Amino acid sequence: MDNFWTTLLYAFLSMFVIFNYGMLLGGVVYKIIARVHGRFGPPVWQPYVNLLKVMGVRTAISHGLMFWLGPVFRFAGGIGLFLFMPVVFGSVWMQNFSFSGDLLLVIYFIFFGQLGMALGAAESGHPYSPMGIMRGLAQVTVSEVPFALAVIALAAQHGTLSITEIVAAQQGGIGNWNMMTNPVATLAGMMAFLGMMMHAPFNLHLAPQEIPVGPPTEYHSNFLGYMQANRAFFASAKLILFMNLFFGGATNIPVLVGKTFTLYMFAVFVGVVNPRFTLENSIRWFIRIPTATGIIAVLIYTFKN
Amino acid sequence: MTEADNEENKIIKPDFSDPELFCTALPKEVPRMNNIIQKFYDWAQANSLWLLAFGTGCGSIEMRPLYTARYDISRFGIAPRPTPRQSNLFIISGYVSVKTLKRIIRSYEQMQNPKFVIGLGSCTINGGMYWDSYNTINRLDHYIPVDVYVAGCMPRPEALIAGFDELKKRIKEGRGEGANEYAKNFAWYKANQKKIIKDWDMPDYNW
Repeated sequence: MDNFWTTLLYAFLSMFVIFNYGMLLGGVVYKIIARVHGRFGPPVWQPYVNLLKVMGVRTAISHGLMFWLGPVFRFAGGIGLFLFMPVVFGSVWMQNFSFSGDLLLVIYFIFFGQLGMALGAAESGHPYSPMGIMRGLAQVTVSEVPFALAVIALAAQHGTLSITEIVAAQQGGIGNWNMMTNPVATLAGMMAFLGMMMHAPFNLHLAPQEIPVGPPTEYHSNFLGYMQANRAFFASAKLILFMNLFFGGATNIPVLVGKTFTLYMFAVFVGVVNPRFTLENSIRWFIRIPTATGIIAVLIYTFKN
Repeated sequence: MTEADNEENKIIKPDFSDPELFCTALPKEVPRMNNIIQKFYDWAQANSLWLLAFGTGCGSIEMRPLYTARYDISRFGIAPRPTPRQSNLFIISGYVSVKTLKRIIRSYEQMQNPKFVIGLGSCTINGGMYWDSYNTINRLDHYIPVDVYVAGCMPRPEALIAGFDELKKRIKEGRGEGANEYAKNFAWYKANQKKIIKDWDMPDYNW
């Protein structure tokens, strides 16, 4: 990782891989949701066609500078989250810039995109956009509470905030995973995970019947293309983060795919069989059991030391 | 468009100082590229139709079964979108009352180029059973450009799916240029709309 150009090449390579993985993951999830509904669903490559379609739109309306910057911030949030994590532990080219950033930076990047998006969508002037933003930010904020507590418990357990070191401590078999060594924090983290993956019951901010698609109501053509590409990055980056934190990371690509896919299916299956929570219900749910679990996880390490 | 219509098109000149013209700038015509990238985009447009989930008449009841397990239009890459900014297909489902026409025009103009319109049911073709009604329009393509008509009262969801296939064929052949046609004949369309809509009390907008 000494040569700047090699690092850059590796970063682009790993971004290319994860972008395609995220797009295909999206297509597979459409298909799975459709099968649960008893439908055939769109083809697996539909996200690519959708992306091409929005790129092919010939006109675009901008409502101002911040409107234009919103998707850019969102995209930067997704890429930032991805680039500061080790994707495949021990691999040279899928290591990204994990040595330069720690867990706190990664958590910041989860929120960064949402805030940029909030400013951009608010400038569109559509009344449904701020409604979606208010709900989305409340949802993300409240699901960050158990997640942050789980992260604090992990940091106390391993004595570090570096993701690479946390992954390194989990190597050597399933018995060393944080899932086994710190089950309470994992439980809190996985409940927060449900709230972060934008599937039911925690996807009110996207509710298409109530408020049209939430924050991106006014976004179209290439603005929307940015967001679709970001969705591929962001979803797979969040999956990789949770895999690194609780499930031992990955030492090669098949393990990466297997673990992240299984993790995603947890959120998807909870989503397809559950109705949508209102925002009040969702906040109440998060500040009760998940937060309590997170507090217990932190307390265990407080008294242990 | 007939000869007479073209004559009318020449006579009417848009006057943008007139507040009754409903807009502050002309819509722009964006010509097609004559290359393989355009063909690629056409293919993507045809295989990813996002329809505006806006029921304008009784025909919208026939659109709901399309999303269910029985008909499942998502197989063809068609998905409902709740906002005109993101949709590229507008289904005018059945009769269009004067009150609805205002909303249709507004939604249609907010959609981005290229955009496609399917007229569902006889009412959009000649007024159908409402042809002599005091409050509905008869021919939809006098007000917005229509790509495909699906005749019937009411057409079954199968007929609508056949209409989608026809539309896809048109798009792939490069004939789905309704948005450019609207921009080109803007004065003619606006004149027709003004004949019907007497009170356009909606806020200004950009394209």
